[in-house]
Amino acid sequence: MSGTATNGRRVVVTGIGVVSPLAVGAELTWKRLIEGQSGIGRITHFDPSDLPAQVAGQVPDGPTAEGGLTLSDWVPVKDQKKMDRFIHLGLAAAIQAVEDSGWKPEDEDDRCATGVMIGSGIGGLQTIYDGSLTVSSGKARRLSPFFIPSALINLISGHLSIRYGFKGPNHAVVTACATGVHAIGDASRLIQYGDADVMIAGGAEAAICSLGIAGFCSARALSTASNDDPTKASRPWDKDRDGFIMGEGAGVVVLEELEHAKRRGAKIYGEIGGYGMSGDAHHITAPAEGHEGAFRAMKAALRNSGGLTTADIDYVNAHGTSTMADDLELDAVERFFGEDAKRLVMSSTKSAIGHLLGAAGAVEAIFCLQAIRDGIVPPTLNLDNPARESVIDRVAHVAQQRKIDVALSNSFGFGGTNASIILKRFKD
Amino acid sequence: MSDIADKVKKIVVEHLGVDESKVTPDASFIDDLGADSLDTVELVMAFEEAFSVEIPEDAAEKIATVKDAIDYIEKQKAA
Repeated sequence: MSGTATNGRRVVVTGIGVVSPLAVGAELTWKRLIEGQSGIGRITHFDPSDLPAQVAGQVPDGPTAEGGLTLSDWVPVKDQKKMDRFIHLGLAAAIQAVEDSGWKPEDEDDRCATGVMIGSGIGGLQTIYDGSLTVSSGKARRLSPFFIPSALINLISGHLSIRYGFKGPNHAVVTACATGVHAIGDASRLIQYGDADVMIAGGAEAAICSLGIAGFCSARALSTASNDDPTKASRPWDKDRDGFIMGEGAGVVVLEELEHAKRRGAKIYGEIGGYGMSGDAHHITAPAEGHEGAFRAMKAALRNSGGLTTADIDYVNAHGTSTMADDLELDAVERFFGEDAKRLVMSSTKSAIGHLLGAAGAVEAIFCLQAIRDGIVPPTLNLDNPARESVIDRVAHVAQQRKIDVALSNSFGFGGTNASIILKRFKD
Repeated sequence: MSDIADKVKKIVVEHLGVDESKVTPDASFIDDLGADSLDTVELVMAFEEAFSVEIPEDAAEKIATVKDAIDYIEKQKAA
C-alpha cells in the first residue's frame, strides 16, 4: 500500500479555487504572490479612523477577467442579499474549484458520493451587526427572514450543495484560524473512510468590518504601527512586527479518491500526504512556550503520512501571522526538523495577503500545491531584520526556484487548536 | 394602474429579481415568480415598510398573488 494509510484509499486534489486580497482566481493570486506583490491596503469597507488598526487585505472589486470581484458572476443578484459576504467569497472560490476539477455528477450515486465541507472562523459578522441594529432600534419585526441563514457558517456548504446537487456529507468546520486546514484534513478522511468519493473542502472569511477589526484590536492582536505604509504592515519573523493584518477571502479544493480521479482522467495537483491535529490546553489566545502544540500537530501529520520523514519535507508554509508567536512556531519547527531544518525552506504568505483567519489554511494549502507544481517557493515579504536567526531559509523578499516534492502547512487557532497538513507530488 | 399597484410591482421586481413583464396581477409569488416561503415573508415586510401598513400574519398568509397584495394594501389605505 502506498500513499496515505486508511483503508488504502488515497486522496488527491483535482480542483482549486482562491479568492484573496491579491486576486479572485487561484492562478492570478499565485502569479502576483510569487512576483512579490502585496494585497494589503487601507481599509475601505468602512471608515476605520476611530480604530487603532486601519489596514487590511481586502478582496479587490473589478472585472472577473482582471482578477477583481464581480459578485454577479458568482451569485445571482436576487440571492446576494440572502447571504453574508463570507458566503459570497466562499461560493466564488468553491465554484472555481468545482469548474476547475471538471467533476459533474451524472447520476444519483455520483451525487450522493459528493460532499461539501467548507467552514469559516467567524461567519456572518457584518450580518449579525446589522441585524442587532435593526432589533435595538425597536424594529425586531422587520428583521429579515434571511438573517439566520445569512450568518450561519455551514451555509456555504448548503448553498453549494443546492447549486450542484451534491448530496453527500454536508458539513462545516469552525476552528478559528485552523478552519481551512481542518476542513481539508477532515474531508480527506471522509473520503478515506468511504463516506464520499469527492469532497469540496476549504474555508472562507469576511470579517473586515468595524466589529471584527474592533474586536481583534481589543485583543491586541492587530498591527497598528504601519497605518501609513500598509504594504509594510505584515512582516512575519521581523523584529519590527507588531501584530497581524486581517485579510478576507476563501480557499477551496476538490478532494477526490485517487481511483475515482484516474477513471475520469482528472488533472491531479497533488496528494494529501498526511494530516495531524492537536490542542494546546494552555490559553485562549496565546500558544504555550516552545509551541509544543504545533510540534505535536506536525508530528501527528507525519505519523499518518505512510512513511514520510522530516527529511522528505522540502517546504513549510508557516502559520507565521506577524505576531510574537512567529518565533514560537519557529522554535517548534526547528525542534521538529532537527538536522533536517538546515535544508528546509519556510515562508509566510500572510506577509502578502494578511491573515485570512478561517480561510488561511485552505489558501495556504493551495499555495503549497502550486509550489510543488511550479517549483517555486513564495516569499516572506518585509523580513528585513529577523528577530532571531535560524538555520531555516525563510525566503525573505523574493520567491525562490526550488524543486518541492513535499510541503507542510501549519495553522493554529484561538482556543489552542492546531492543525498541520502535508501535500505531496502525486506519484502513481 | 394605481400608484399602489405600480409600487407593489416595483417591490416585487426588486425583491424577486424577475422581469417586470412577468409581474401580472394574477401572477403567484411562489408558482409563477420563483419565490420560496422566506421570500414571501420578506416581500410582506417590504410592503409594510413601503406603505406604512401592518400586515398581520393571518392576512399575510392569504397574499399569494400580486393582485392579493394590491387589494389588501388599497383596502388598508382606504380605511
